[in-house]
Amino acid sequence: MAYRPEPAPFEEELAGLDALEVKTPRARSRARRIWSSLWPKFAAVGIVLLVWQILVWAHWRPKYVFPGPGAAFRSLWDDVANGRILRATGVTMERAAIGYGIALLIGSAIGIAVARVAVLRAAIGSLITGLQTMPSVAWFPLAIVVFRLSETAILFVVVLGAAPAIANGLISGIDHVPPLLLRAGRVLGARGMKAYRHVILPAAFPSFLGGMKQGWAFAWRSLMAGELLVVIGGRAGLGFTLDSARLSQDYPGLMATMIVILVIGIMIDSLLFGVLERRVRRRWGLIEATS
Amino acid sequence: MSLRPRARETTEPDLHMGSGSAVSLTSVSKVYGAGAEAVHAVDNVSLDVEFGEFLCLVGASGCGKSTLLNMIAGLDKTTNGTVEVRGGRPTLIFQEPALFPWLTVERNVDLALKLRKIDRADRKQVVGSLLEMVHLTGFGSKQPHELSGGMRQRVAIARALAQQAEILLMDEPFGALDAMTRDLLHDEVERLWQDTGFSIVFVTHNVREAVRLADRVILLSSRPGRIAAEFPVDIPRPRRIESPEVGALATEITARLREEVKHHGVQT
Repeated sequence: MAYRPEPAPFEEELAGLDALEVKTPRARSRARRIWSSLWPKFAAVGIVLLVWQILVWAHWRPKYVFPGPGAAFRSLWDDVANGRILRATGVTMERAAIGYGIALLIGSAIGIAVARVAVLRAAIGSLITGLQTMPSVAWFPLAIVVFRLSETAILFVVVLGAAPAIANGLISGIDHVPPLLLRAGRVLGARGMKAYRHVILPAAFPSFLGGMKQGWAFAWRSLMAGELLVVIGGRAGLGFTLDSARLSQDYPGLMATMIVILVIGIMIDSLLFGVLERRVRRRWGLIEATS
Repeated sequence: MSLRPRARETTEPDLHMGSGSAVSLTSVSKVYGAGAEAVHAVDNVSLDVEFGEFLCLVGASGCGKSTLLNMIAGLDKTTNGTVEVRGGRPTLIFQEPALFPWLTVERNVDLALKLRKIDRADRKQVVGSLLEMVHLTGFGSKQPHELSGGMRQRVAIARALAQQAEILLMDEPFGALDAMTRDLLHDEVERLWQDTGFSIVFVTHNVREAVRLADRVILLSSRPGRIAAEFPVDIPRPRRIESPEVGALATEITARLREEVKHHGVQT
């Protein structure tokens, strides 16, 4: 006779207990959530603008050297309208994307290699952290000697700035995979490359993302330094625009370019990496679903 | 692919009986370290687990219960002796659910199938029926952290079932749960065992839990871990953990366990 499970009373009890124990997310509208995360940022920007304006009103420096927010934003508006700032942003972002992309590939490859191969870790593990403490601007004289005033010189320094942070994030992520998860993976049959694909790399992802975020900050800084130092004809990026505004005594233009540089850096940090990071943390249960 | 619900008639002997054991340990020892600091975690343990048997290992701390399980699971090598396992690689359930926090409940179970190279087309349906088996239908799209400890442990059980192993090793799986949840999970595991015909080796320090579940309770001594005594459990199923028969046998085993612990104190 075939086995027929009888409906046992414990199943009802179990369902009752489950219903009691599952977390119910607090309902809160999306608009409210966005607003509650946005208004402190608006307030902070407002306070910075106010302090800036007060410094101008107090005649801290002559007005033509240190223009106020009004003049800076008028200049920004003109530069946007005549397309100059957009062209410069385009050049800069192209360099950023290429440099960061290469850094991501190299950093990930080195990170996995160092985490996997003990000899490599002994050889270059501490060197990677050492590289991270080296100010990337210090690479430029060498880069200019070797690569001349070229795109390669800029990319070289951007990659050197970002790749160690990315590699370090991945290495520390792999080092901190909970042993229990590795054992669980092995019991399920995830060994060797499969363990990397299904257990180790996903488990290391939050730390890798942290490294990527830090790597972006290094890349952006290196790129601005590079564009100030390595001037290439016909390829005017934001760094060059900044310096040429200073040379032509266009101080509102200088302020306007700085605003653009700052805003791009913040946008990529918070909109791209910040959103990704929050999503990962929420999925892993490291923050409450509604916060 | 079906879940192979093998009929299990408790009154008749299992068809596999007599054709060897699911697990055979022969003079197994495990020593950690070497020289004067060597720790004999397991010493000369010989043990057979029959097909379809529910075996519980109990003992105080340091009796090498977990080491034994790890050696059966193939996660740890023996220092001496042999471990023979029939019917495929055993699956192991830990005290912690050890679910992957980046995957939903469904995908945690699904990963076990994926690693067995089951067709994507078949997997969805199998995951559904596995979750139904542990009474978690409707929770598939949750992340593990959204569930209670008992529910997570049931997901771990579903994931283990997905491996279609014939031998299920459980290392104090309900040790971290509250009493009520634990009682319900005892019912759940007993029912799954009866439905599937698994062999189960269940490690616990809770003697009552062992008597509630097992066909046979093995009492291990501590440092080194040896088999101190063996208790067949003839109490008819279904059992309740609070029943007087379970209580009486548990009292007997606990008395013996105390003797072991006392004896250990005299020795050192």
